[in-house]
Amino acid sequence: MPLPPGMQAEESEEGRILTISVGPQHPGSGHFRLVVRVDGDIIVDAEPDPGYVHRGEEKMCEYRNWIQNIPHLERPMIADSCGILYPFCLACEEIGSIEVPERAKYIRVIMSEINKCIFELYWLGIYGIFLGHSTMFMWPMGDRELLIDLAEMATGARVTHAYFVPGGVRNDLPDSFKEKAIRQLDYFKHRLDQYKDIFYTNPLFLDRTEGVGVLSAEDAINLGVTGPVLRASGVEHDIRKVEPYDIYDQLDFKVHVMKTGDSFARTYVPYLEMYESINIIKQCLEKMPSGPVRTKLGPNPRGPGGEAFKRVEAGRGELAYYVVSDGTPKPYRVKLSVPSFRQIAAMPHLLKGAKLADMPAIYWSLNYWPVEADR
Amino acid sequence: MSSQGGESEQSPSKDVEREAKAQEPTVEIPPLEKNIIDKIDAKFGDKVKLAYTKPRRIRFDIKPDVVVEFARFLRDEIGFDHPISVAGTDYPKDNVIEVIYHIGCCTVPEYRSSVFAFALKLPRDNPKTPTLIPVYRGVEYHERETFEMLGVIFEGHPKLQRLLLPEDWADIPPLRKDFSIKGR
Repeated sequence: MPLPPGMQAEESEEGRILTISVGPQHPGSGHFRLVVRVDGDIIVDAEPDPGYVHRGEEKMCEYRNWIQNIPHLERPMIADSCGILYPFCLACEEIGSIEVPERAKYIRVIMSEINKCIFELYWLGIYGIFLGHSTMFMWPMGDRELLIDLAEMATGARVTHAYFVPGGVRNDLPDSFKEKAIRQLDYFKHRLDQYKDIFYTNPLFLDRTEGVGVLSAEDAINLGVTGPVLRASGVEHDIRKVEPYDIYDQLDFKVHVMKTGDSFARTYVPYLEMYESINIIKQCLEKMPSGPVRTKLGPNPRGPGGEAFKRVEAGRGELAYYVVSDGTPKPYRVKLSVPSFRQIAAMPHLLKGAKLADMPAIYWSLNYWPVEADR
Repeated sequence: MSSQGGESEQSPSKDVEREAKAQEPTVEIPPLEKNIIDKIDAKFGDKVKLAYTKPRRIRFDIKPDVVVEFARFLRDEIGFDHPISVAGTDYPKDNVIEVIYHIGCCTVPEYRSSVFAFALKLPRDNPKTPTLIPVYRGVEYHERETFEMLGVIFEGHPKLQRLLLPEDWADIPPLRKDFSIKGR
């Protein structure tokens, strides 16, 4: 029988191995390609193949000065655009010895947590639709609007805000922000409670995720995975706690950890973290002092040179920048270490031996964002 | 390899190193970092060199022939077990490509806020270094990325193939400084 396009068959001693190209633009993988070899419906081998929307972020950084780098650097992760700019700004501030006003630190934390929720809702929606749970696609997509409205109110842009700059944030929050934020967050919290009923206690969802794709703590550490994936395997490692930046050390919040390390834990940890984000934002709104929100830099800011390695906890985990400066206004080298790229290493590890039908459940539970890995 | 390693001992970019020195704190190294540095010095001697310590950051410059042993020591004896990133920087003026590993720690509570970096200075015309996959499995894809973006050969890597670039890419590695974007 002739095979459909994109498939190859080989005869081996064990039987007939089929090679299937899952993606790009496949219902199971989004715009990312996995080359999966299956024997029957058991995955023998899986090879991740990013590299579809490459645009050379790191090279582009070398052609632009610190400020010009802001708008294009958020493109790899448009759903969490504050999260990906945050460590870049921290690195520039370290290299240039730039002081950040106190109020800006609070605003940055607020926006970073709002963006974390925006990303997690988007990802949760996709996770739901790939498990065939279309309510779980529509609810988070709708509830995302609550937070996007808040972000729009503060930054003027709905998706890519270009809001963080070295030295603070672009502009102050509008007067009515606090009131509106508290109202939206209260409602959002109420919605999160409902998610538990429709999703996390749904027997179908539990069947497809519990015990599927188990990642042990040792493997998680050695593979270098990060964020909710690491915490779902029982490793309590959150950059906001272990290396607090800006004002995270003055806030009271919990790091959620689960022991099982399966796909369910990897989806439940981000869910619990959304409650913590609400908690963090409310604390910041209460404590926020008044004052300036930005240290004005010259038109071509430059530091004395040197290098900086800064990391933050973004929606998907530890996001780090290694920035080398030679004292000119343009960075000499910018290296992004993004969580999605680190999560790739866990894919073949988890998919080997799994059933093909479990592939979407495992793959999406890794909190993977294709465009970010392929920056 | 050793002779190349000797060549590459020179500073990558004098400017950058001078600046890095300028950033060095003049105060004494805190006991936590001092402890790590002493352990490494006792084990490796002049094969490794402390580049700087900053708050929560340590960087060593090491020679490629001890890199696997160094990484294993770092993971097993000191506790830096969580690979974060592998980056490469091109310094054409000094004919050096620098490969820098950033390793975090998840298990030893006092080191969890620190990031340990170690850098290898490789000759630009023949950059070769052993792979660290046997020690940190997570560096596999980072090393593949550094291979295709800077042309660094990681010896012993099971699959040193193109990962992100187009299949028909026939130019020099794009993150080298002599590769320029069209129209700029």
